[in-house]
Amino acid sequence: MIKQKEVTVTSFDKGTKRGSSGGFYKVFIKELSDQLSSIRFLILFFLILVTGVASFYVAASSIRDTVEEMGNEFVFLRLFTTSGGSLPPFTSFLSFLGPLVGLSIGFDAINGEENRGTISRLLAQPIYRDDVINGKFLAGLAVLGMMTFALGGLVGGMGILLTGLPPTGEEILRLIIYLLISVVYMAFWLGLSVLFSLLFKQAATSALAGIAVWLLFTIFVPLLSGPVADLIYPIRGQDDIIGQLRNITLQQNLSRISPSTLYDEAVVAMLSPGVRTLGPILLEQIYGAVPGPLPLGQSLLLIWPHITGLVAGTLIIFGITYTIFLRREIRA
Amino acid sequence: MGRNIVIETHDLIRIYGSITAVDKLNLTIYEGEIFGLLGPNGAGKTTTILMLMGLTEPTSGSISVMGYDPTREPLQVKRVAGYMPDSIGFYDYMTGRENLLYTASLNQIPMKEAERRADELLSRVGLKEASDCKVRGYSRGMRQRLGVADVLIKDPKILILDEPTLGIDPEGVKELLELIVKLSKEEGKTILISSHLLYQMQEICDRVGIFVKGKLMVCGKITDLAENISGEKECAVELIMKPFDVAAMEIIRSIDGVKDVYTQGAMLVADVQSDEIAVKINRELIERGYIIYHFRVRGYTLDDIYRQYFGEEGVTI
Repeated sequence: MIKQKEVTVTSFDKGTKRGSSGGFYKVFIKELSDQLSSIRFLILFFLILVTGVASFYVAASSIRDTVEEMGNEFVFLRLFTTSGGSLPPFTSFLSFLGPLVGLSIGFDAINGEENRGTISRLLAQPIYRDDVINGKFLAGLAVLGMMTFALGGLVGGMGILLTGLPPTGEEILRLIIYLLISVVYMAFWLGLSVLFSLLFKQAATSALAGIAVWLLFTIFVPLLSGPVADLIYPIRGQDDIIGQLRNITLQQNLSRISPSTLYDEAVVAMLSPGVRTLGPILLEQIYGAVPGPLPLGQSLLLIWPHITGLVAGTLIIFGITYTIFLRREIRA
Repeated sequence: MGRNIVIETHDLIRIYGSITAVDKLNLTIYEGEIFGLLGPNGAGKTTTILMLMGLTEPTSGSISVMGYDPTREPLQVKRVAGYMPDSIGFYDYMTGRENLLYTASLNQIPMKEAERRADELLSRVGLKEASDCKVRGYSRGMRQRLGVADVLIKDPKILILDEPTLGIDPEGVKELLELIVKLSKEEGKTILISSHLLYQMQEICDRVGIFVKGKLMVCGKITDLAENISGEKECAVELIMKPFDVAAMEIIRSIDGVKDVYTQGAMLVADVQSDEIAVKINRELIERGYIIYHFRVRGYTLDDIYRQYFGEEGVTI
């Protein structure tokens, strides 16, 4: 009893001073529980869970053939990247559905409050405005983190049971980094959808805008980068090596505008240690190279720009959202 | 009643593009009074309230709420002032009680205390039975009452209510107004109400300010305002008497200073030069043996005051 009283006194004192208002934690907890109990999150989570587990199961049952073909190194990781027959690999599902989860968490973050008329009531309480936006964004991030790691752990454990192969230390590290990159990638879409929820008054509009950008980045940017590169560096013939090289480099760099390309490349490098480069490579460059998997550090180095790009994109979008929200005039 | 100043604004201006929503507002509200901010829609009432709460920044001018500047110290203001927006909303997937507890937690009220206050307030506003129902199923009136509880849970010294009676049935309005008066008189809270419903405000407000197009046209006690505008000016007298006959009309018409007499619905209306003439009419009729059921000099209610200022405004602009 006495102890509890002391706690409340100190927290109240803290509130009256400038500095933390204590509102962040309260908003965070509420948003977290709202998200976790929302039906739309449950639907998407089960969608990912079912597809993920199914593809993983198929991959695990066909792993024997791939081991015969490609040797037995990093078999555990190959469970995530192998497409067993008809089903695409686990990573494809996460890469495809992950953005949808991010979008679904954030698309009505602000305009939902506005439409319900709760935003003016919320901001009339003694909390800072950034407590609201930070609380909402970080709660979404926490949900994504929990979901991704729960999923990764679940299918990972399933892999051990199905194949009887314990993962090596490096494999576990690579898996954790893969899951972290996935969280960052989904956070990018979360940030984008929160931004749209601030820009558009209707939740449906912001959801559609988010899906439009998602389609643009996952389908059209990689699709269009080829023709655009052909326009700028047309390939004149089989012998035009320099032209071909320029064409391919440009095409690849154009498609890297899209965060989904960045993510997919990063995932490939992280989960397939055999991948030594992500760009075009000449025969001369391979000459004399010792075949074998890259060590973890080198794989990380290979995708470091990708990770930086994803984190920077997420932060920039959140920064824009934050600034707009703080300057936004709240009308009842 | 103490005469401490609780809210004070000085030359407050808020401009949106080319529209001046609030124009040089000088407002003083004293401790423990009920102040009515009256005006038609779009007169700048809500903008003023948002500036008082620190939700909107003034273009120029200064505000003091209990000595705090809402622009610079919004948290201090929000700690002492409770604000009920006109379109009040709740998280409809939560129960009424949960909504209150969330507000309490944002105000750093410890859980035990918050639960005690929530239960007390819910029964006070008559939502005790519905407190564990989802807000989704609440009626408009119930939401409004939950809004009142929500404002009160932080135990504010100042209550700012924006159109609190909008959309509630007459019985609900009566209860709400009674509650507001009780809060002011018994608990000494300072209350600022904005409304365009004059009769309701007339019943409860100590002082009113009439807002037209961003300007505070007039401010003071209702009776003082009435004297200002009637006085020597022409006014009309409404009468219902027994017997209701033509002879009565003739008697009234024969009095000096009566300009016209005509029937309006079930009433007799006489245009007179001043309110002294109205008294004369009353006396005359009684002397002649008439029984007067209804006697009212137009120009004394808030409605008339209001119309007077709006009318003027309409002519000049």
